Amino acid sequence: MELSVLTLCYLIGSITFIIGLKMLSNPATARRGNLIAAGGMTLAIAGTIFLYKDENGNALHNYQWIFGGLAIGGIIGTLAAKKVKMTAMPEMVSLFNGMGGACASLISITECNRLTQSFALAGGGDAGTRLELLIIFAGLIIGSVSFAGSMIAYGKLNGTVKDFSFPGQHIFNLVLFFIIIALAVYLIGWLPDNFVPLFYTVLGLSLLYGIFFVLPIGGADMPVVISLLNSFTGVAAACGGFLYDNKVMLTGGILVGAAGTLLTILMCKAMNRSFISVIAGGFGIEAGPADDKDYGEHREINADAAADLLASAHSVIITPGYGMAVAQAQYGVADLTRKLRDRGVDVRFGIHPVAGRLPGHMNVLLAEAKVPYDIVLEMDEINEDFDDTDVVLVIGANDTVNPAASEDQGSPIAGMPVLTVWNANNVIVFKRSMASGYAGVQNPLFFRQNTQMLFGDAKDRVDAINAELAVTEKV
Amino acid sequence: MENILNWITAHEQMIYIVALMIFLGIEVIGRVPSVLHTPLMSGANAIHGVVIIGAIIVMGKADGDNYVALVLGFLAVILGTLNVVGGFVVTDRMLEMFKKKK
Repeated sequence: MELSVLTLCYLIGSITFIIGLKMLSNPATARRGNLIAAGGMTLAIAGTIFLYKDENGNALHNYQWIFGGLAIGGIIGTLAAKKVKMTAMPEMVSLFNGMGGACASLISITECNRLTQSFALAGGGDAGTRLELLIIFAGLIIGSVSFAGSMIAYGKLNGTVKDFSFPGQHIFNLVLFFIIIALAVYLIGWLPDNFVPLFYTVLGLSLLYGIFFVLPIGGADMPVVISLLNSFTGVAAACGGFLYDNKVMLTGGILVGAAGTLLTILMCKAMNRSFISVIAGGFGIEAGPADDKDYGEHREINADAAADLLASAHSVIITPGYGMAVAQAQYGVADLTRKLRDRGVDVRFGIHPVAGRLPGHMNVLLAEAKVPYDIVLEMDEINEDFDDTDVVLVIGANDTVNPAASEDQGSPIAGMPVLTVWNANNVIVFKRSMASGYAGVQNPLFFRQNTQMLFGDAKDRVDAINAELAVTEKV
Repeated sequence: MENILNWITAHEQMIYIVALMIFLGIEVIGRVPSVLHTPLMSGANAIHGVVIIGAIIVMGKADGDNYVALVLGFLAVILGTLNVVGGFVVTDRMLEMFKKKK
């Protein structure tokens, strides 16, 4: 009876995951979808704690440890998730993802310890043991790579880990990967006497691989990497499902594994880059020195002049990038939007699919700052309208508005779809300096006839424009 | 070879689930507007936190004197909970902002 109730819990859990993901795909139902999935998860966890029976019909014990762990993780998780700034969201997702990977990897380690003890007694394992080992190794390797990779991605996004690569790193990674696989095959197939130390070698090498896998990948490609690692953890969780014959783990894990993989591919498509070239890494690193071409002079503008230009415009498009998030300028931008709309100026936003560090990141920030989301448009929806636009404000974006992507075949970002801001009558670029963007590519946009540079911290500059607009309003 | 076939037969249901979930995962995600990509990634992230169930089973099965298993299981429960709770709360915070329309 109790077991049938548990089966029911798992069934409901699995269905809520599917419904939750489905509802997440529509703005109107997304929040409810998330809560439904969370409810299903709670049911599945509670069911496991109270109703689970092992093969011999024994209930779980060590309740004090289980509840202790749940309490500690729950409190830290809630606090971290509540306290984190919206701008730091991408690294938070990466961090939580790493925790899941580590969890899968720890499960594999414990299960392997149990197995080695039992087949030490039985004098070698049978075929069933070997297949179980195969799943344990898969969970171990995938979970560890996901954990180490997510931690590096986390460090990169908050700036504590710098891009790093050395000559022959691709070969090194490839060799490392094959050593891990070969070692795992050897251990499973031959069950050698030194099984345990070699098992931990596989663990160590997997962690190392995770680190070197993410290290060379540039900041601009981090969204793709996080999405990929997300699907890795999903697969690692599914390995646990096979191990315990647990259908809710299997459903949740494979669902996320498949969805994450597709999301990764969609993101690569948005950047018009092949999946392989993202994973090979080094985006921007090879692009550095080749650029001593003379682009001519750039023009500067100050905040007052920018405010005048905006006040006299009919239509304005704002294209934000990660710089807006860094400078925390989204509130000022929202304020500016309100002021201009009050004056009858048509203000819209053009969001590049990979603006910020995660797709949709800019939308979240603007929504937080209470910009109505019907004026926040995607690149494909707005690209044709730049011709009829008086002023474009480029705030903290660079590579996503670089004309070289469509005009210069030799450019490292050639072929990447970009916002065609240069077609507008006036372009004002908010920037701290003339430094190049994440891809390390110079941006010819800054030297165009219709482009003016507004140097300084984006938040300061936007506030200065707002102040100027407030003054002229009264007159 | 026969062993593998036996294993497949024994896990027939599981293998069906894997195959179907792969297609379902792709279908469900395929129509998501890019606006929702960040919350979606975060929500999916929370869902794979279902690995916590494995951690609870490990923890609950461990013998009281097997300290290695106890400590590893305990850590796994904490990390898994972080993944689940943190993931869902962060996603909810993001989606809360989309609600206020106009």
